[in-house]
Amino acid sequence: MNGNLFRGELVRLTAEEPELLGKSFSSWDRNSEFRRLLDDEPPCLWSAKKIQSWFEKDIQEMNERSFQFLIRTLQDERLIGFIGLWDVEWSHGDAEVGIGIGDSESWGKGYGTDAMRVILRYGFSELNLQRITLGVFDYNARAIRSYEKAGFTHEGRVRKAIFRDGSRADIVYMGILREEWHVLNNEQLED
Amino acid sequence: MEKDLFRGKLVRLAVEEPLTIGESFSRWARDSEYWRLANSNPVRAVSSKAVKQWVEKEQEDRRGDQFEFSIRTLQEDRLIGDVGLDGVRWNHGNAFVGIAIGEREYWGKGYGTEAMRLILRYAFVELNLQRVSLSVFEYNLRAIRSYEKISFVHEGRQRGVLKRDGRRYDLVYMGILREEWLSQNE
Amino acid sequence: MKISEPLFVAQDICLAPIDHEKDAEIEARWTHDAEYLRLLSLEPALPQSAAQLKKRYEQIEKDQDEKKNLFYFTVRMRADDRLIGFARLYWIEWSNAGGFVQLGIGDPNDRRHGYGTQTLRLLLRYAFDELNLYRLTAVIPEYNPVALRLFSKAGFVEEVRRRKALNRDGRRWDLVDLGLLHEEWDARQASSR
Repeated sequence: MNGNLFRGELVRLTAEEPELLGKSFSSWDRNSEFRRLLDDEPPCLWSAKKIQSWFEKDIQEMNERSFQFLIRTLQDERLIGFIGLWDVEWSHGDAEVGIGIGDSESWGKGYGTDAMRVILRYGFSELNLQRITLGVFDYNARAIRSYEKAGFTHEGRVRKAIFRDGSRADIVYMGILREEWHVLNNEQLED
Repeated sequence: MEKDLFRGKLVRLAVEEPLTIGESFSRWARDSEYWRLANSNPVRAVSSKAVKQWVEKEQEDRRGDQFEFSIRTLQEDRLIGDVGLDGVRWNHGNAFVGIAIGEREYWGKGYGTEAMRLILRYAFVELNLQRVSLSVFEYNLRAIRSYEKISFVHEGRQRGVLKRDGRRYDLVYMGILREEWLSQNE
Repeated sequence: MKISEPLFVAQDICLAPIDHEKDAEIEARWTHDAEYLRLLSLEPALPQSAAQLKKRYEQIEKDQDEKKNLFYFTVRMRADDRLIGFARLYWIEWSNAGGFVQLGIGDPNDRRHGYGTQTLRLLLRYAFDELNLYRLTAVIPEYNPVALRLFSKAGFVEEVRRRKALNRDGRRWDLVDLGLLHEEWDARQASSR
């Protein structure tokens, strides 16, 4: 039995206090590139207080269809972003994964890819999902490469769904099946 | 003292029960031409119940900066539309006026123009305002002519504010000053 | 795509979130300067307490969250994150792709340094490159020539002059609407390259 479910090679997945999350997210949001790579909504600069209240609300609501984590580096315990599985459809065994590295100094260092490996392991060996989906904007080349490395396959595109800076971009959908993940990891799982 | 502040020759200004307005308004709203002449937000179907609730709330929350009336014909007491002042800025003595005639057969017959005359009189003689503004879509020619007849002056246009049927339209602004209204109505 | 070009950062200033702890006291001080209030607002000038402003900040974020027709920013110095003003895009009508724009620098000592120009430039990029609006309107009293010049320099054109709409200090003033279209902003961006 794997006791190190939340631990990767570079990062670990954690839970954090709403007050810290409010401050961290409010600060990360000020980098518009972070938000525009992650989200199709116009980036809003919410106060730390407002963001904290949303996280507090999440705690109260105890949603059994979402599993949110924060990401800390193993080396210096730095809080660098978030990752999670959302909209879990239990009857179908499918969920959507989302990740955002807010601290731009940490981009391109393999933290995201490592966090993604950890969450996939969580999804397949703890939640026993059959597949995991993600959506990514076609202008986010770094992320797409990282997801390919983690084993995701291109499944489709929603054409011209995003309109920014005067031009249109597609949303790319990617997915990974349980059996593909097994092969990737040479895991022997009890059935 | 002006006794007939709410009464003209063709119409009178009134206030209605929420249900009455609810029924009429939801029927008028089904005429998309009516809606598109009066509103910049997208046409939608509204139930009379939704309108009734909205009117009830408005009447409860009666704010000091708006004065809304319904328009009834004198002849058959028929409810044909609404007219009102809002955005009243007491410190400056100005306000916006808006009017809409929901019953099509009363378009172009002078009912709207008279209702406007009544509300302007109310604004200048009862509220003692210094000026009244309005905005109207450039494609609402009948309304623009009516406002010119009552001596509203063109003050400019916000270009391309509205987009409908693939084309952009301007929002025309007009205004009338107290002294202008007084000299017309001596 | 210019995704890596920051939406919120200019040379000296940046657009930032509200700091509920710190901002109310600073803004309360600005509201005790009647000129500041009268340059920005048609309502009777009335100073605000920090407590009132804190409530107002909550309402702003509530409206921003629920109504989706408001984008509110504080304006801060990049060097030390000091609050110097506010900026907002408001009354946005999505189906017509139009909205209103306003900004204010609170302390007169922070004016005349070009911070207003930098703020407006960021707001226009946000409105046209992120929200994809078709046009913006600015409503400015004729007794605020600094604002009229700021917006005119950015390409806004006088569209409506509501005559004698304001009454202050015993005389009447016009209220001016300036407008800027997306294609006009595009053309100015292209020619300045």
